Amino acid sequence: MADLRVNFAGVESPNPFWLASGPPTNTYDQVARAFDAGWGGAVWKTIGEPIINVFSRYGSVDVGLTRMMGFNNIELITDRPLEDNLREIAEVKRNYPHHAVIVSLMVESKREAWHEIVRRSEDAGADGLELNFGCPHGMSERGMGSAVGQVPDYTCQIVEWVKEVATTPVIVKLTPNVTDVTYIARAAVKGGADALSLINTINSIVGVDLETFAPLPAVGGKSSHGGYCGPAVKPIALHMVSAVARDPEVRVPISGIGGIATWRDAAEFIALGAATVQVCTAVMHYGFRIVEDLLDGLENWMDEQGHRTLTDVRGRALPNVVSWEDLDLNYHLVARIDQDKCIQCDLCWVACEDGAHQAIRRIDRREADNGRRGPAVEIIEEACVGCNLCAAVCPVHGCIAMVQVPNDHPGVTWRDYVAGKGTLAPRSEHFHTATWSPRG
Amino acid sequence: MAGGEVAPTLTAEQLERHFADIAPPLTPDAALLEAAKCLFCYDAPCTHACPTHIDVPAFIKKIATGNLKGSARVILGANPMGHSCARACPVEVLCEGACVLNDRDEQPIKIALLQRHATDYALEHELTLFQPGTPTGKTVAIVGAGPAGLSCAQDLRRWGHAVTVFEAKEQPGGLNTYGIAEYKLRPDVALAEVQMILDLGVTLHTGVAVGRDVGFDQLEREFDAVFVGVGLGATRRLGIPGEDLPGVHEALEFIEHLKTHPYAETSVGRHVVVIGAGNTAIDAVTQAKRLGAERATIVYRRAADDMPAYDYEYDLAKRDGCEFRFHTAPKRILGVDHVTGIECVRTEPGARGADGRRHPMDVPESTHVIECDMVIKALGQVARDDFARAASLTIEDGRMISTTSGVFVGGDCANGGAEIVNAAAEGKHAAAAIHAYLQQTGG
Repeated sequence: MADLRVNFAGVESPNPFWLASGPPTNTYDQVARAFDAGWGGAVWKTIGEPIINVFSRYGSVDVGLTRMMGFNNIELITDRPLEDNLREIAEVKRNYPHHAVIVSLMVESKREAWHEIVRRSEDAGADGLELNFGCPHGMSERGMGSAVGQVPDYTCQIVEWVKEVATTPVIVKLTPNVTDVTYIARAAVKGGADALSLINTINSIVGVDLETFAPLPAVGGKSSHGGYCGPAVKPIALHMVSAVARDPEVRVPISGIGGIATWRDAAEFIALGAATVQVCTAVMHYGFRIVEDLLDGLENWMDEQGHRTLTDVRGRALPNVVSWEDLDLNYHLVARIDQDKCIQCDLCWVACEDGAHQAIRRIDRREADNGRRGPAVEIIEEACVGCNLCAAVCPVHGCIAMVQVPNDHPGVTWRDYVAGKGTLAPRSEHFHTATWSPRG
Repeated sequence: MAGGEVAPTLTAEQLERHFADIAPPLTPDAALLEAAKCLFCYDAPCTHACPTHIDVPAFIKKIATGNLKGSARVILGANPMGHSCARACPVEVLCEGACVLNDRDEQPIKIALLQRHATDYALEHELTLFQPGTPTGKTVAIVGAGPAGLSCAQDLRRWGHAVTVFEAKEQPGGLNTYGIAEYKLRPDVALAEVQMILDLGVTLHTGVAVGRDVGFDQLEREFDAVFVGVGLGATRRLGIPGEDLPGVHEALEFIEHLKTHPYAETSVGRHVVVIGAGNTAIDAVTQAKRLGAERATIVYRRAADDMPAYDYEYDLAKRDGCEFRFHTAPKRILGVDHVTGIECVRTEPGARGADGRRHPMDVPESTHVIECDMVIKALGQVARDDFARAASLTIEDGRMISTTSGVFVGGDCANGGAEIVNAAAEGKHAAAAIHAYLQQTGG
């Protein structure tokens, strides 16, 4: 059986699945039920000076039958008294000594304020601290959250203040609302951060009510930009986690956050360098019970693949994340259609014809051998650029396969090619294919 | 019409087609699409509707995430007969009938086919899903290797008790192996499911009838507890003249013959009449038709609405081209050396009996003959009085009851005859009771 235990920057956790700071970690009762269900850790909903929330706080992006593909919120940090939160954190720690309890913190940018909240959280028994430098709404207008996390100097400064008094590991939660997350990551590490977590939510407006012209989620006909999360943001988070994990100036453990709903999502984050993962939206959708398949699926996958511990998996995909200029230009791929599986919707044809590279031929069905069941479309292999679009739009799984076509040209990267090393294999014959000669 | 005419044997290809899976398995893509439709309800009605309370949303979610092994473990942990149930359960009145999508005016999730998808994976890959528990030193005898006994055996082994199963027939599986319509569940599939349970370290003695080859009192002496899951006995008798003529068969014997021989070796008459209108009667009439009978007719003394058979079974028989003679009561089976017909009268609903049903009354001057070459009786089975006497068990309302400490009963013999899933649930309940009993009785 795979061993899912994790030591995250000194914090022991029975498994890598933590609840992210948010509505599911607002109270003792919720966190206790989550631990009973199997969650390994929880990051308490951000504490600080209590705030006042608005009514109507969440907005959903539904795609077809899928609810909450994307999700946004304009909720702020905890609205419960600090003393209540600290008492309940202590209670959780007393009753669940072997689970990871991290306290998320956000106070005004004053050294004394940070010192006090750090001391009080650690006195309550926190195993670690997560500095919320990420919330993009509400708090940022007050000089907190992403207002700190978008400026490397501020980030570094506050981490330094925290580290002056903290005795437990300090995790800095990064905002994705920056041009390059690695700059902020480096600033946090420079300030002394023991670990990073990312991503926080992305600035967003989820929609507009076309009768009232109220942006959503509407508060009396008005709205504000809010934080976007849910399965839709996973690719952005995967990229940012991998960017931070690959950065030689960032050598601290990473907790991956962003759209994780299944064990597969979690495994992908871990493969790109995350040591733990944090989940919020999927729990808000389905409840704490989802952790059962997160654990079971990850364990079964690791057993099948022969991975004994999470360190066997962590970062395994990172060496394969390279710059574009290091990709092989002679790797030749074409689409193949399985005519037995084709249901003749012609979606691939119109996508390729109008939206891509005009490499699919449409066959008049009246001329086809077998009446309606004859082939309707076929790939023009000499024109196909192997872009994947047809396979992406095809509604029949496995009907369109992307197949590598071997050639006798050795691989060549753009970097080598422009340096005059290597030759290009023949390209697909496409009307706008540029002829290009290397300089020199 | 001369009696005993035999319908021409169909070609091997026709027979193979007629007895192929009535519900073909989902392709992997179809399974993913179907799983994605499941809402993942909390405290789901489908789970409540299942007598074994399989966590249906959990196993479907696992199909959606590609965790087929975990999915099969959820199913077979809750219901050791989860694969045969996926093929033979009356899901229309259980899990699928309870699906919340019915209330959104949509088709319910195809739970049975998804359950089959996950358990097919476990069977095809011969996965080890469960481990036996740490040995407790306690021993349990199980009488009858049917769904109840085997389900009981699985849980007892997972708790670490030593289990010995005694089965009178040559193969384990009970009615799963011998009595389910061939187009729903084939014996080899039933036996593969049984093997997963035996692989937990169950000792199985087949061809050993308790009461004949080994005394029940011996089991009570030699084992710490005994579970009785012996099923039901003989088919009820009609009690009319001609019942013992050649050409008159019992439904379960007919089905067992079909399932234990090459299809061509079970011959049927040109016109087959099945008496009774339960689910076994439907199994008999459809299979007679599928074997090549030119006509296959159900004779039933009440109305269509009174049939114990499920609606979809009735539909299936109609689709197969079977005929139904309602309000018709057999009075005499005709023939000299062989069945040539049945003399019947028409009936009409009379006064309500103690069970609340209107008793069918013969209509005067309505005697008529239905010509046929074969009669199959599907009148339900009687309780096993013989076994009950030998084992000092009592029978009340056709249900076997144990008042003996350390002796437990479950399955058809205890419930009077129900579905596989009921037997599985009772076998599990019995295992829990036996486990508690063995812990109380100490070491």
